[in-house]
Amino acid sequence: MEGKKETISNYVCEILKNYSVERRNLLPVLREVQEKLGYLPVRAMEKVAEALGIPTVDVYGAATFFNLFRLSPPGKHQIKVCMGTACFMAGGQIALDSFERRLDVRTGETTPDGEFSLEEVACVGCCSLAPVVVVDDFVEGNVTPTRVDGILLSWDIGKKKQREQD
Amino acid sequence: MNRKVVIIIDGQKITAREGEKLLWVALENKVYIPHLCAVKEQERPTAGCRLCFVEIEGTCNPVTACTQPVKAGMTVKTRTPAVDRLVRTAFELLLSEHRLNCGECPKNGSCELQKIARERGLKLNLHRLKPLSKKVIIDDSPRSFAFDAGRCVLCGRCVWADHRIAGVGAIGFSRRGIHRRITTFADRELAQSPCTECGLCVEACPVGALYFKKN
Repeated sequence: MEGKKETISNYVCEILKNYSVERRNLLPVLREVQEKLGYLPVRAMEKVAEALGIPTVDVYGAATFFNLFRLSPPGKHQIKVCMGTACFMAGGQIALDSFERRLDVRTGETTPDGEFSLEEVACVGCCSLAPVVVVDDFVEGNVTPTRVDGILLSWDIGKKKQREQD
Repeated sequence: MNRKVVIIIDGQKITAREGEKLLWVALENKVYIPHLCAVKEQERPTAGCRLCFVEIEGTCNPVTACTQPVKAGMTVKTRTPAVDRLVRTAFELLLSEHRLNCGECPKNGSCELQKIARERGLKLNLHRLKPLSKKVIIDDSPRSFAFDAGRCVLCGRCVWADHRIAGVGAIGFSRRGIHRRITTFADRELAQSPCTECGLCVEACPVGALYFKKN
C-alpha cells in the first residue's frame, strides 16, 4: 500500500511539473492525472491541492462536480446503464437499482474485488432496445431485473470456465 | 466609482456610491430585500438563492439586486407582481430542500428563512412541491458545533467564511444538481478536516444547518 501511495505521488509530481501554480490549472491537471491513473485517488487530489496552493476541498468539489472524473478505480468490467430519455422512460432506473443491489455498490463505485464498476451514461444511441446496458463493449437491450441477474450470472459462468481451462 | 448618485427605491430618494451593489444600498437604507447567498465583500456574487429580485424601470425583467450596480437616476421597485412571483417560487424551492422542524431547530426565532417569510407574507410550508426526502445526517464531530445537512439551503455563506475570512479551507461545495452539498474533503467528518473550530462558518449560517452545541 505504501509503495502504491509513493507511485501515485510520483506520477502526480511528474504531471505537475508542466503546470504553473495557478488555480486555473486545476482541471487540466486533474484530467491528466485521471488519464494516467484511471481515476482520482485521494492522495492525488491532496497532492494537486498542495501544489496549486488551494484547499483540498476545492479540488474535491471540482472532481465531484464533473461527470468526467471518477474517484474509484475502474473495474475490470465496466457496466454502463443508459439514462437517456428513452431508456429512462423504459425503466433504466430499475436496471440501475438492480445492479446496485446485486453488486452492492452505488453508481460510480467499483466492487471491492475490482471486478465491476457501475456507471450511468446518457444515450448510447440504440433507443429501440431501451432500457440499454453496455457491459464493456457489449450492448444488452431490454434489460429487466431478471436480465440483470442473467448478465451477471453469465460473467460468473464465463469466469469459472476460464478457470477450469487454466 | 465613488461618485455619489441619487436613486429611487420604492419612491424613497437614496444617495449611494455609483457602482455599489443595489442590495446593500437598499439594506443600508432600511429597505428590506430578501437575500441568503449574498456576501458584501464578494466581488462576483453567486446570485444563487434567487431571492433578491427587484424591478428596475427600463429593464423588461426583474433582476437580482445583489449583482446590480447602482447607476444615476435608477428607479427601483422591490415589490411588484413579477418580483413577488419569482421570490415566492424561489422561496418554496429552498424550503423543499430544508427539513422544516422549526420547533426543534436551534435557530428558531433568528432564522433567515423565518424572517423572509415574515417580511414577504410567505408561508413556511410547501404548497406546490414535495419535500426532497433527505436522510438526517448530522456531523457532530467538532467539539463546539454540529452540521445538519438536512437544514442546509446551500447559500454558501459558510464556505465564504471558511475560505476567505478564516482562511482555513475545511468545507466546500461538492457534487452537483440535486446531490450538491457542503462537505469536507473526501466527505470526512469535520473533526478529521483542517477545521480549526473558529466558529465563523457557524456564525455565517443563516439557517440552523451549522449550530453551536448547547453546553
